[in-house]
Amino acid sequence: MTRNEASRNIRRLLGVAHGLGLLLAMLIICLPGAWVVLNSLRPTVEIMAKPAIWIPQELSLDAFIAMFGVLGHGAIPVGDYFRNSLIISGTSTVLAIAIGMSGGYAFARYRFRGKSALFLGFMLTRTVPGVALSLPLFIIYARLGVIDTHFALILVYVALNVPFTMWLIDGFFRQVPREMAEAAQVDGCTRWQAFWQVEFPLAGPGIASSAIFAFLTSWNEFALASQLTRSVNSKTLPVGLLDYTSEFTIDWRGMCALAVVMVAPALALTFVIQRHLVSGLTSGAVKG
Amino acid sequence: MATVTLEKLVKRYGAVEAVRKIDLAIGDREFVALVGPSGCGKSTTLRMIAGLEEISEGTIRIGGEIVNDLPPRARNISMVFQSYALYPHMSVRENMGFSLKIAKRPPGEIKQRVDEAAAILHLEPLLDRRPSQLSGGQRQRVAMGRAIVRHPDVFLFDEPLSNLDAKLRGEMRTEIKKLHAKVQATVIYVTHDQVEAMTLADRIVIMRDGNIEQVGAPDDVFRRPATRFVAGFIGSPPMNLVEAEIADDRVVFANGDRLPIPEAYQNSAAKGRKVVFGLRPDDVYPSGHGLPSGHAAAVHEQPLKVSLTEPLGNETLVFFDFAGRDWVSRMLNPRPLVAGAAVAVSFDLANAHLFDEASGVTLARARG
Repeated sequence: MTRNEASRNIRRLLGVAHGLGLLLAMLIICLPGAWVVLNSLRPTVEIMAKPAIWIPQELSLDAFIAMFGVLGHGAIPVGDYFRNSLIISGTSTVLAIAIGMSGGYAFARYRFRGKSALFLGFMLTRTVPGVALSLPLFIIYARLGVIDTHFALILVYVALNVPFTMWLIDGFFRQVPREMAEAAQVDGCTRWQAFWQVEFPLAGPGIASSAIFAFLTSWNEFALASQLTRSVNSKTLPVGLLDYTSEFTIDWRGMCALAVVMVAPALALTFVIQRHLVSGLTSGAVKG
Repeated sequence: MATVTLEKLVKRYGAVEAVRKIDLAIGDREFVALVGPSGCGKSTTLRMIAGLEEISEGTIRIGGEIVNDLPPRARNISMVFQSYALYPHMSVRENMGFSLKIAKRPPGEIKQRVDEAAAILHLEPLLDRRPSQLSGGQRQRVAMGRAIVRHPDVFLFDEPLSNLDAKLRGEMRTEIKKLHAKVQATVIYVTHDQVEAMTLADRIVIMRDGNIEQVGAPDDVFRRPATRFVAGFIGSPPMNLVEAEIADDRVVFANGDRLPIPEAYQNSAAKGRKVVFGLRPDDVYPSGHGLPSGHAAAVHEQPLKVSLTEPLGNETLVFFDFAGRDWVSRMLNPRPLVAGAAVAVSFDLANAHLFDEASGVTLARARG
């Protein structure tokens, strides 16, 4: 065997190993998700069977029909939870992005006293585990009488998200060359116009991805929501999942079905925005 | 009508003075190049004129009006950036028409003016492309197109060609010169490339450490450099500059080599004075292979050893060891020379320069 053939064989072998490794990783990542979807479609007996039944025997949409079909008849008010989740996550995302964008832009473009200290301060807030805040928050909110309101959760989620969005958006604005805004100003823009006409569209994909992060954080948050909500007034979907557990039974099928319902909008949002996350949008602006 | 006047202009960054009280008057439709090494304050000066940098002290007037505190958009200027700074999310047409769109001009007028500029710069086939789909030279042209569409009073160029390769740079230089002839506006052009400055400008401003060293026509700064720095900066290959002392009617170099005192400096070069002797490569050549200045009496001939040659085709750069260092000379009509060969070398002292060693200022008396 020549050296050339040997090295070709080694390369092929490595290619196969690489593919197998990737497949294994994909299985580990995807299996839980697939299992949840599968379980939402089959009866509890089959879910709980030992040894596990991998190939489903019967599939039905009963869980979904029950969820949306008999609202207000003693079943779980998924519609209300969904609405609460949407209002809370949506509003807190919009606010967090608005604040994060202003802050991120300021950090990226301006020099001011105490800038690094302030930035570090924002980052440090990220190191506090969210659950640690639950008791103090609960006491303060109880005194203020805002427990079980949309406002309470929106405020918490904005506070949780702002440092992160600010940090991300700061990075995206840094990637937009300063000359862009300068060129726009020479072309007749005010500072404000230069921002909206040139810098914002260029940082847009980055801001959109920050929005996804912020939305998903709020959408999936459980620990604080479980403390600060009480009823259909403000309960969000993750907290609502608990409704499927009762004293002696757990409705695994229903829970999985709700999980699927929860994942759907997040997935849809990510897909919609991802189409706009065209990388390399700024290429060609300046000599690379 | 747009003259640009700088009066006692200062820019400070904290304790650092980037521009130090410079005065400059630029005439209407004049093409002025600011040259100097990096960090000399030329770009800062340009950015102050554009309104992108605040002025620490002094005054800037455009068309007679003080513009110190006017925002860039109110100065009726256009700027071409070194990085081009094209808007990547807009097509070429949108890039060029952007300033007019912001000024809320009617679409018909925008189209007409963009087409006009595109015709001047041969950009018509590219109008619907994005900047990312253009080559470096094309982007450069679009950046210029964006500038001329506005019909500004003053064009500001900030090292516009430094990102292009040598061939393209030569072509674009010609374009810019043609463009200036066509649009008839005042141009302020910043570059670190003295060749660009020499070929393009009506007048050259040579800056160093935030000061202006000399202002003059290209020929002027080339033939009559005011300081040692200008002498060394303008011209390629650079002027031979060597420290020396005046003694016994001779210029004596540190290693004992000597040359006659150039006639123009007979009076100003007192005995014992420390000087810097300067002679361009064009004025020192293997005898018979140069362009003599015509003052036969001023030519000093001396046999020297060749240390290195750089053939360029129509001419050869020949390096000699003299006065303790390598001197560059330009040999026209070259004949083959090898290192180590001894040749008679002509020093055409009619074009020699003497500068004061301490101050670097020329010892030539002001000549009309």
